[in-house]
Amino acid sequence: MTPSRTAGAVLAQDIPAPHIEYGQIAPILVVFGVAVLGVLVEAFAGRRLRYPIQVPLAFAGLIAAFVWTVWMGVGDEPHLVAAEGALGVDGPTLFLQGTILILATVSLLLISERSRSHFTPQASALPGTEAEQRSATSGNTQTEIFPLMMFAVTGMIMFPAANDLLTMFIALEIMSLPLYLLCGLARRRRLLSQEAAVKYFLLGAFSSAFFLYGAALLYGYAGSVRLGVIAAELGTDAGSETLLLGGVALLTVGLLFKLGAVPFHMWKPDVYQGAPTPVTALMASCTLVAAFGGMLRIYYVALENLRWDWRPALWGVAILTMIVGAVVAITQTDIKRMLAYSSIAHGGFLLTGVVAASTDGLSGSLFYLAAYGFTTVGAFAVVTMVQDDAGEAAHLSRWAGLGRRSPLVAGVFAFFLLAFAGIPLTSGFTGKFAVFKAAIDAGATPLVIVGVLASAVAAFFYVRVIVVMFFSEPEADGPRVVAAPATAAAVALGVAATVVLGVLPQPVLDMAGHAASSMFVR
Amino acid sequence: MSPGHYLALSAILFTIGAIGVLVRRNAIVVFMCVELMLNACNLAFVTFARMHGNLHGQIIAFFVMVVAAAEVVVGLAIIMTIFRTRRSSSVDDANLLKY
Repeated sequence: MTPSRTAGAVLAQDIPAPHIEYGQIAPILVVFGVAVLGVLVEAFAGRRLRYPIQVPLAFAGLIAAFVWTVWMGVGDEPHLVAAEGALGVDGPTLFLQGTILILATVSLLLISERSRSHFTPQASALPGTEAEQRSATSGNTQTEIFPLMMFAVTGMIMFPAANDLLTMFIALEIMSLPLYLLCGLARRRRLLSQEAAVKYFLLGAFSSAFFLYGAALLYGYAGSVRLGVIAAELGTDAGSETLLLGGVALLTVGLLFKLGAVPFHMWKPDVYQGAPTPVTALMASCTLVAAFGGMLRIYYVALENLRWDWRPALWGVAILTMIVGAVVAITQTDIKRMLAYSSIAHGGFLLTGVVAASTDGLSGSLFYLAAYGFTTVGAFAVVTMVQDDAGEAAHLSRWAGLGRRSPLVAGVFAFFLLAFAGIPLTSGFTGKFAVFKAAIDAGATPLVIVGVLASAVAAFFYVRVIVVMFFSEPEADGPRVVAAPATAAAVALGVAATVVLGVLPQPVLDMAGHAASSMFVR
Repeated sequence: MSPGHYLALSAILFTIGAIGVLVRRNAIVVFMCVELMLNACNLAFVTFARMHGNLHGQIIAFFVMVVAAAEVVVGLAIIMTIFRTRRSSSVDDANLLKY
């Protein structure tokens, strides 16, 4: 057949239109639509009008998407693939999407704070120049952060739903690219902020390339990037083992980087410290949830039959992550950096849930992600409140005696730290209990022993901060506590969720268990 | 010519890119090495598409090109900002955040 005749034959046929289940993927579309609208607002609305338009728009989009997700969750058990198999809409996906959306809403409270904004009014004005002075005194507010954040959230809620490796890669990039920019937009300490953006960008792009090459090798193995097809191909035991194992290894590197698991954790302390604190809150909660969601889906759906090959590797990574995160955190003197290492250690605890590779492991991980997300947003919200003349007082020594100056804020922060440590009656205890129990049931007892020891080490540095806050003399020119209403609301939500998930965890545990019972759709 | 050669070339390009990211000091060159890695992925996708006789790999290559273009926009913006601030695009000079 000549080429021209082939083309003619193709033209003569009707190309079947793809069938898109708009109702099932509406949360993603709503947030994406809000992001696009936000770009249009930036282009066409006057400078004074932008903030009053962007903030309600962003809140409305996130809340509408959340309500839709909840409605789908309580409704008729969606368990199907949408958009020609590109997205899986199932129990775990809806749970993760709901978690991401509610955490993003709480982070938005911090990001939209206007009276003491955390973002530079003009990113192009050089630090220390007259142009920067002018933009700082002009009273303009940075509003481009809202569409950027909405694009990032779009990627985050797409990532755990992605049912093939291409969609997952695109979601990864949609999530990461706006975050690279957001990292560089801090109002104060701009050199640190820009440095964080460069480091995050270069390392993030590097890891994306690994993810993509892994996807290419798995495509070579299975002839498709659909997770279900890869799983089916594994069942037939055909194809090249080299391509398969190489692909899985590279894919895992890309995912572990996004989680910040040791040995791919180097970016996390730098970026968490340098980025504006509200963006750090967003990354520490939502990005972690999204990355774990994607990881759970890949390992539970595509690579389940390969369990005996990837489990030992993840064992090692989980052990390293827990130990390095907990031990290195001890030496930190910067609050945000300490919380970053704490986040690395928590990534290790969560990996024990992935290693379990069971329904219990899945539901435990889902609960842990929700519980940890709320606590970490609340903790970073408190960090934004403790300020001195140069902005946030991030150095630990500056927090000395905070308990005397402002007992409420110090008490709340101490409560968050105890929740990170996993003290009973906080959400941290319930979450750790759930994943560790699942790991023991799956025969990973040594891993759990390491986990408990790492928790004990971690408790040491959490308690050290509490001691500094309550049992040392306040400095004469110490930082003051600035409680803006939106930030206070974010802290209150964080406290409420941490208490409720600690004292009365059963409803949410049931929800996670119910979501996990149907496992992932293929 | 067997598709195996193309795969070998793609692996070599990917490795060159990865080594470049690790050893080069200029942020722009590091970034170009990342782009080289993405293009190595594209070559692998297209070769596998030929081997499997379906079009998925070729379609994916288009998506990767778009992503790479978007990454250039964001990346150069960030590198430009830090260059204007510090008058240097060496990744060794950005050393305020450590340990």
